[in-house]
Amino acid sequence: MADHAHDHAHDHAHDDHHDHEHHVDNFWTKYVFSIDHKMIAKQFLVTGMFMGIIGVFMSMLFRLQLAWPGESFPILETFLGKWAPDGVMDPNMYLALVTIHGTIMVFFVLTAGLSGTFSNLLIPLQIGARDMASGFLNMISYWFFAASSVVMVVSLFVETGPASGGWTVYPPLSALPQAMPGSGAGMTLWLVSMTLFIAGSLIGSLNYIVTVINLRTKGMSMTRLPLTIWAFLVTAILGVLSFPVLLSAALLLVFDRSMGTSFYLSDIMVAGEMLTNQGGSPILFEHLFWFLGHPEVYIILLPALGITSEVIATNSRKPIFGYRAMIGSILAIAFLSFIVWGHHMFITGMNPFLGSVFTFTTLLIAIPSAVKAFNYITTLWKGNIRFTPAMLFSIGLVSTFVAGGLTGIILGDSALDINVHDTYFVVAHFHIVMGLSAIFGMFAGVYHWFPKMYGRMMNKSMGYLHFWLTFVSAYGVFFPMHFTGLAGLPRRYYSNAEFPIFDELQDINVIITMFAIGGGIAQLIFIFNFFYSMWRGPKAPQNPWNSNTLEWTAPVEHIHGNWPGAIPEVHRWAYDYSKPGYDEDFVPQTTPLKDGEHAH
Amino acid sequence: MSGIMTLIVLVLAVLTALQLIRIFELSSKARQTAEYEVTDRDNNNQGWLMLLFGFGLIASFFWMLNAWLPVTLPKPASAHGTDYDNLMTISMLVIIAMFVLVQPILFYFAWKYRGAKDRKATYYEHNNRLEFIWTIVPAVVLAVLIIYGMTTWSNVMNPKNEQEPLVIEVYAQQFKWTARYAGQDNQLGYANVRLIKDANVIGVDTLDTKGGDDKITTEIHLPVGRPVLFKFRSQDVIHSAYFPHFRAQMNCVPGMTTQFQFTPTVTTAEMRQDAEVQAKVARINKIRTEKGLEAYAYDYVLLCNKICGSAHYNMQMNIVVESEAEYAKWLTEQKTVAETL
Ligand code: HEM
Ligand SMILES: [Cu+2]
Ligand SMILES: [Cu+2]
Repeated sequence: MADHAHDHAHDHAHDDHHDHEHHVDNFWTKYVFSIDHKMIAKQFLVTGMFMGIIGVFMSMLFRLQLAWPGESFPILETFLGKWAPDGVMDPNMYLALVTIHGTIMVFFVLTAGLSGTFSNLLIPLQIGARDMASGFLNMISYWFFAASSVVMVVSLFVETGPASGGWTVYPPLSALPQAMPGSGAGMTLWLVSMTLFIAGSLIGSLNYIVTVINLRTKGMSMTRLPLTIWAFLVTAILGVLSFPVLLSAALLLVFDRSMGTSFYLSDIMVAGEMLTNQGGSPILFEHLFWFLGHPEVYIILLPALGITSEVIATNSRKPIFGYRAMIGSILAIAFLSFIVWGHHMFITGMNPFLGSVFTFTTLLIAIPSAVKAFNYITTLWKGNIRFTPAMLFSIGLVSTFVAGGLTGIILGDSALDINVHDTYFVVAHFHIVMGLSAIFGMFAGVYHWFPKMYGRMMNKSMGYLHFWLTFVSAYGVFFPMHFTGLAGLPRRYYSNAEFPIFDELQDINVIITMFAIGGGIAQLIFIFNFFYSMWRGPKAPQNPWNSNTLEWTAPVEHIHGNWPGAIPEVHRWAYDYSKPGYDEDFVPQTTPLKDGEHAH
Repeated sequence: MSGIMTLIVLVLAVLTALQLIRIFELSSKARQTAEYEVTDRDNNNQGWLMLLFGFGLIASFFWMLNAWLPVTLPKPASAHGTDYDNLMTISMLVIIAMFVLVQPILFYFAWKYRGAKDRKATYYEHNNRLEFIWTIVPAVVLAVLIIYGMTTWSNVMNPKNEQEPLVIEVYAQQFKWTARYAGQDNQLGYANVRLIKDANVIGVDTLDTKGGDDKITTEIHLPVGRPVLFKFRSQDVIHSAYFPHFRAQMNCVPGMTTQFQFTPTVTTAEMRQDAEVQAKVARINKIRTEKGLEAYAYDYVLLCNKICGSAHYNMQMNIVVESEAEYAKWLTEQKTVAETL
């Protein structure tokens, strides 16, 4: 039965191929309005990197303020103009920078930039399809993302400043322009941008799901899929189920802001003005927001974990340990991620019983997460590890995933959350477990699949340098924040100089900022390596990492339809590395099983 | 001028990077491999770096514990705070144990199994028993933590009252706090922001007989050992009333009332005598004298812990815990709503 379905997919993909052969490219159809998944992947990557530079740069600016509050830095005036008179940052601008930094990193870099790039690049290539189910929708999805990026960047330049109510944009703060300047035009543009973003993300995700389900090549059963594809598939499903909820939350916020409705507003007097709104609840917004917001964390993380599974197995020259448990844990995490959103709301005044329920579901997630971490570590055990830059970043990911995951056990416990909620302890936790892990996964992906994307190799030594500087500064930035959090320092504070109890934390803040600036500058090595290698790097061989997966059977030169002849047929899972009975330490998925060979 | 300087620095940086790349490429050419190929030497170097990093991570972790544990919050000043700190300590010990166990294993394996051309990895794709163990062990540990956490949580959130708690309203607005004591009857009169008018700054209903004896204050004074039930309101946006020294926090949400109850157990004066606190204050005052700031004596404080606008970072109110007599004296000095309006 399964075979029949695959045959069908195979034929279908074959037809596509013939269409493509009559396709003539010009500059516009090749580089701009491309419908080829490989080009769209590169568009996502470069746009995501551009946004990432903005986001990281912002964090360096506001870290300056946190380390030396109130001191004058001419560079701040250069970049922020009237928002940093005499080089001292305005508190509203501080909040705006934090807000846009968070929004950009979470959505633009680690959702679109990460999942958009690698889902697009790898889904067709690794499942053996000519392209996405719909190349046209794929193009549209990128252009929605591009448009939303433009709007977000434009919002930085409006008179009253960009949105500044935090990336969580809780009303009433975000709903009332009287409450802070950033809630004016800046917030409107934030909402427009996010609406476009969500539209693009939904279109993309639907396309990924349909492609994985329908277009797998002959022999590529679900249990032979590389874990990357499993991760992308589940991520797309999470996106489709949760982003619409954020969209509705945002729409209701738009109504409250401009049409006088009261979904989130009740009994408010702001800036001396009594509002007429009655009957709404700000808590409703929080529920809707976090119904997306928590799965969003896994939308960011799962692709990074998928990439890591692939990179760790390939470079340990060993099968990924516990393939089925890995799939099971992805599914378990995805399911649980929908019923834990309340852990962001323990102290909003919701019923304490609900707090207990959310504590329970939240701590359950630690189990499949622990399974993943242990399985990665066991994959290294008795391996023959080849330290490519991608492998270094993947090991870095395992380390940060463990370090950040563990503090989740503190924050997920409603009783403990009482005193650390919204402090720097939280900032440390989510940056390490989500920010660092996902960024490391993204770097691993770029280093590993750069040859597939650009047909050239990146410079390894620069990669090493980039990794170590990044890894050390990453811990240097975020680990000390646990301590400032346990000292009670709230997040989103423009300065901690107003409270003598925080005076002691200033040295720590200076250390953090030093590492932040160092780590930020280290990223220039990566950017240089990326663009240099794109044009001048050595030509890539077809299968530079001796990998088993299908993308390495496609020619280095990109062609429409991916394979010049028939699509390869798959005979085994993706992880036959160092299998006894073979001379080489890898057995590509296209190699038929020998007589009497056990599958796995 | 600084623009040109920046440009020069950038150009120099790019040139350096180009030279570096040349050197990397030439040296691998000399060794007759492509630059991107990972040699045994690379594996060896990176493996050792991994091991070194693992050591460094654990060492710096303990260094930080030693250097920075003293800057974290001192002993709790509330009854449930002790339970909170116990739960925190135990949970922390569990995660720290995991941290110092798992991280070294990771980096040790990375070093131990660093690759070489003449080696081959072991084909080992699953082991149900192992996987079962590391599903069950975390599950059991978590079950214990969950039960312990939930018990603490429900004790904190649903306190049993042998004594009637003192009722105090904490009112938040951009960017200050106001407190309202419930007065003789220990009942707060009805209030709503719609009733704000002139001197009636937090909208107390003057027709409600329960409200006449309420007292509006700019500081919170608490008698030691008496449970206090805080009721929270907000005038404009969401704020969060954060009492770190008492291990208490609750959001203040416009349009609704929230609450949190705790019992202060250590007076401000006693806390100032605590050895740990005195060491802390000494360190802080050293920093403050260097900066030419006035000296500081330890105080409990209420902070805002939910982003609420430009001065979110400076929204504070002083809290004094004192003896029942001192408290009673202070309270009689405060004016009632009936007197002020
Ligand atoms: C150079 C690296 C980075 C530095 C130095 C940095 C630093 C910071 C700091 C200090 C804050 C402010 C915390 C607060 O006041 O609440 C912050 C907020 C945030 N960062 Fe980062 N960060 C970095 C990278 C990242 C990455 C990779 C992510 C991806 C998830 C990220 C996501 C966020 C988010 C979501 C917020 C919260 C924004 C908000 O409070 O609304 N950051 N970051
Ligand atoms: Cu969450
Ligand atoms: Cu605030």
